[in-house]
Amino acid sequence: MTSSPSTIPVLDLGGLLLVSIQGELPDESAIALQEDVTTAVANTGSRGLIIDISTLDMVDSFLARVLAEVAASSLLLAARTVLVGMRPAVAITLVELGLTLPGMDTARTVTEAAASFGVTIERTGRDAP
Amino acid sequence: MTDGATDPAAAGSEAVADLLRRRGEQIAQRWADLPFFQTVFTVTRDEAVEAGHAVVDSLSAVAESGRVDDLEAVGFQPIREQLVAMTASRASSGLSTAQVDREVGALREAALELLEADTSRLGAEEVGEARVQLLTLFATLRVLVVDTMLQENQEIVLRQRQQLLEMATPVIKLWDRLVAVPLIGMLDSARSQVVMENLLEAIVEHKATIAILDITGVSTVDSLVAHHLMKTVASARLMGAECVISGIRPAIAQTIVQLGLDLGPVTTRASLADALEWALERRERKELPTRGNP
Repeated sequence: MTSSPSTIPVLDLGGLLLVSIQGELPDESAIALQEDVTTAVANTGSRGLIIDISTLDMVDSFLARVLAEVAASSLLLAARTVLVGMRPAVAITLVELGLTLPGMDTARTVTEAAASFGVTIERTGRDAP
Repeated sequence: MTDGATDPAAAGSEAVADLLRRRGEQIAQRWADLPFFQTVFTVTRDEAVEAGHAVVDSLSAVAESGRVDDLEAVGFQPIREQLVAMTASRASSGLSTAQVDREVGALREAALELLEADTSRLGAEEVGEARVQLLTLFATLRVLVVDTMLQENQEIVLRQRQQLLEMATPVIKLWDRLVAVPLIGMLDSARSQVVMENLLEAIVEHKATIAILDITGVSTVDSLVAHHLMKTVASARLMGAECVISGIRPAIAQTIVQLGLDLGPVTTRASLADALEWALERRERKELPTRGNP
């Protein structure tokens, strides 16, 4: 299968993979992303994948399916997927569509998602305790 | 109504319009002493007379246009607002729609008497026709008044429904990153939608990781209500917050089981206190992740 390279980078944060989807995602890019992520999980042997969708205003049924498939195939490679930062409107729409993404874990922020993998991202700066 | 001059109905309504124009002052004066005007305009009598005048003018305009049985007649437009205010005032003093209708019905007597007194100017046949037109005109006025009252009531109902929606669904911040929604009363589709939206917004605003849905105040739980609850829980989960449903009374627990409703993986607790305890424990565990335990 030939596909245009995904424009979305898959970041490796010390064993955790981080994907931040920003802006609208055309269907081809979504499929390319799916390939990139699965390859990255296989190559790094990572145990965790964090997908950040906090900037998305809309998630259609196709993207929801792609995300579910990414999670399912990552799980085959022993990586758990955590979806992060879904907006209220997106959540309502997905539930109305019956897409509750049962195969994925969710978290509010990347920090919390990392914490669920036992990785503590220390807070630095003004809000530091 | 192609030929206004020979059509008896048109002639009759013309006579009515003429009568109302000439005797407008007299009619308004008499009306000012009737309960419909007297009780609304209590400050000065002049006010009542003026209001009566407005109604007479409007009626005469309608009669002139020949549309005495038409609620939508242009002539009625100017007094609609005044009627809304007057009927609202009567209704607020405890009168039913039927009682107000009777008061408005009493208005026609003054006009009828003046018409009878006017017979010298008109032939018997014309008087008869004018009578019919006048009665029709006042019947239309009564319908108009009742219609205004009903419309007003409907608006009140709509407004209150909206207020109830907004009032009955507060989201409370219980603890740091912990929110709760005490649900009260009936939970229908519209309300559960508002609850869901408010809760999700609150999760964002308070950075909540756990949300408690307390249904102590919910009167009945049927499959529809359960479905709404499940949807709320599912969308909160998608956002990364955990939900716990608390306040399940024994009777409700039995209903849920008897209906065969599957609450699935939703965490439930008997009381809000239990849910709070669970949430605090859960929150602590989330905050202090054990290192190296995937």
